Amino acid sequence: MKKVLYRNQFSKVFVFSLVLMLLFSVSLMAQDAVAESGDGAASGGDAAAGKALFNQNCAACHSLDRKMTGPALANVESRLAEDEGLDREWLYAWIKNSPGVIKSGDAYANKIYAEYNQAAMTPFPTLTNADIDNILAYTAAPPPAPAAAAATDASAGDASSGGSSGISNEVILGALVLIFALLVVMLFLVNSTLRRIAEANGISIEKENAEKRVPVWKAFAQNQFLVLVTVIFLLLGSAYFAYGWMMQVGVDQGYAPIQPIHYSHKIHAGDNKIECKYCHSSARVSKTSGIPSLNVCMNCHKSIYEYKGNPEGPSKEDLANGYTNEFYTNEIKKLYKAVGWDEENQKYTGETQPVEWVRVHNLPDFAYFNHSQHVSVAGVECQTCHGPVEEMEVMYQYSPLTMGWCVNCHRETNVKVEGNEYYEKIHAELSKKYGVENLTAAQMGGLECGKCHY
Amino acid sequence: MNSFIKIGVVICLLVVVSACHDKNKPNYQYMPNMYEPVGYEAYGEVDFLPAGQEAMAPPANTVNRGWLPYEFENTPEGKELARLNTSPLDSMARDENLAKGAELYNIYCAICHGSKGDGQGTLVKREKILGVPSYADPARDITVGTAYHTQIYGLNSMGSYASQMNNTEMWQVAEYVMKLKEDLTK
Repeated sequence: MKKVLYRNQFSKVFVFSLVLMLLFSVSLMAQDAVAESGDGAASGGDAAAGKALFNQNCAACHSLDRKMTGPALANVESRLAEDEGLDREWLYAWIKNSPGVIKSGDAYANKIYAEYNQAAMTPFPTLTNADIDNILAYTAAPPPAPAAAAATDASAGDASSGGSSGISNEVILGALVLIFALLVVMLFLVNSTLRRIAEANGISIEKENAEKRVPVWKAFAQNQFLVLVTVIFLLLGSAYFAYGWMMQVGVDQGYAPIQPIHYSHKIHAGDNKIECKYCHSSARVSKTSGIPSLNVCMNCHKSIYEYKGNPEGPSKEDLANGYTNEFYTNEIKKLYKAVGWDEENQKYTGETQPVEWVRVHNLPDFAYFNHSQHVSVAGVECQTCHGPVEEMEVMYQYSPLTMGWCVNCHRETNVKVEGNEYYEKIHAELSKKYGVENLTAAQMGGLECGKCHY
Repeated sequence: MNSFIKIGVVICLLVVVSACHDKNKPNYQYMPNMYEPVGYEAYGEVDFLPAGQEAMAPPANTVNRGWLPYEFENTPEGKELARLNTSPLDSMARDENLAKGAELYNIYCAICHGSKGDGQGTLVKREKILGVPSYADPARDITVGTAYHTQIYGLNSMGSYASQMNNTEMWQVAEYVMKLKEDLTK
């Protein structure tokens, strides 16, 4: 009964949120239309076309509302007109040929050039005056992003539906617990009632058979064969479990330490498809895969200062774990603090703080492993050993990293000989020796003790 | 009732044992002496360095093997001078250099600049980083010298790649960038 009741409520909530969503999206659309038509008329440029041009040409160094390599550009035209008395003609000249304007001795041009560390602005001779009008129209009043509005709507919808499904799950579980509790109580009640009836009828249930039978454990102890078999089974069973337990000592499969900065491989390598070797660049050329120094993070995070998430918004799973957009943005701030990046002034302060990453994959000292040999020479994919890293929100050790695991791969993997002069002669000789077409790593000597232990 | 208590005790023991398995902590080892390195390993911790940190910047004025001095400064003037700089790589081995350059380009550059060099990398398409120009942009007039210069020092929002590639590799990438530019302007 209860379930049905809640299902009704759930559908009501759903309908209500749908109506809300529709209402809001309609009003947002209306605003869009008004804003666009208004701007177009006022500044003589197409803000939508301006946005495309801005993103393509300007956004590498300029943002609308925050300082980047260059100054913030929201309302740049009215700001320049009011503060510096510069008109649109000056802007045309500046955008098309900024070094020229600086050389001509223009006071404001030289001032801004000095203020921004003499970072020269690329000249854009290909932009026409109409293009610049469009860009200025965009900076004067950017059209509200419909995509973002839709995303918030969708995420709101997600959240509400996610919440209600959670409630219904809990309700079902609660009802089940209640039913079981009732059953247990009923069992006891029935039992005691039956006893009472039996007593009332003068039947004693418990002591009737007790004296006739030998207790089960005594009967068991008297049967020597049964004891022997049981002991053997117990020994075998405990040996099995003891072996299993001893074999897992020193194996860290599934090890997932908490890192000082929550770095999501799923977002970087999965969603954004950044190459593994972009950050772990020394895997190409050295023994260790390398934990990237923070300057590598800053290659992108100088520009990416907040996490905007996917267009479809955070998944229910992420929300359940607390991985909201604000959470990730906060982690980027941790990076800025560690590397000493002053967001306000877009400068390094020099006050750095090393990040104590926790190493996930540890090989014992007595085993030698070289990344470059596997990554560059053999061309093994990172995922072969490290698993689906691009799906890991929290990095964990995928493979056991035991000797058996290494040896197994060496036995099964063919050596990559194409385009490797070093192997041409050796490969031919060994192939003849073993009488095979393709050599495995094991046949190349990949099983010799001294290859890894010395 | 007695048996209920026994079952309860067994369940509690199981819970306690399984709770010992914490995936945030490494497993115990047979003989830690043989697991822990005696020598200094990369990213290790040692007593005598500040904060025990082995991963430190090298001392001032040291260079790594294979390093070559670069004469142009990180200024707009330096970049103009570097414009005429030519690649020191063997032009007879151009194909191999381009192949290596392509491999490196796809690791380090294509994520923003796009695999064709048109400024449409994954990060740009996903609107994470904006305003990445095409190599064919006539206003920039990139040469092999400026491509190398920009990799060494970075430019505006782009960082330096000198910590991820060595000199030869950066020249290989610069040559590949010029090939992409040729293909784009064709």
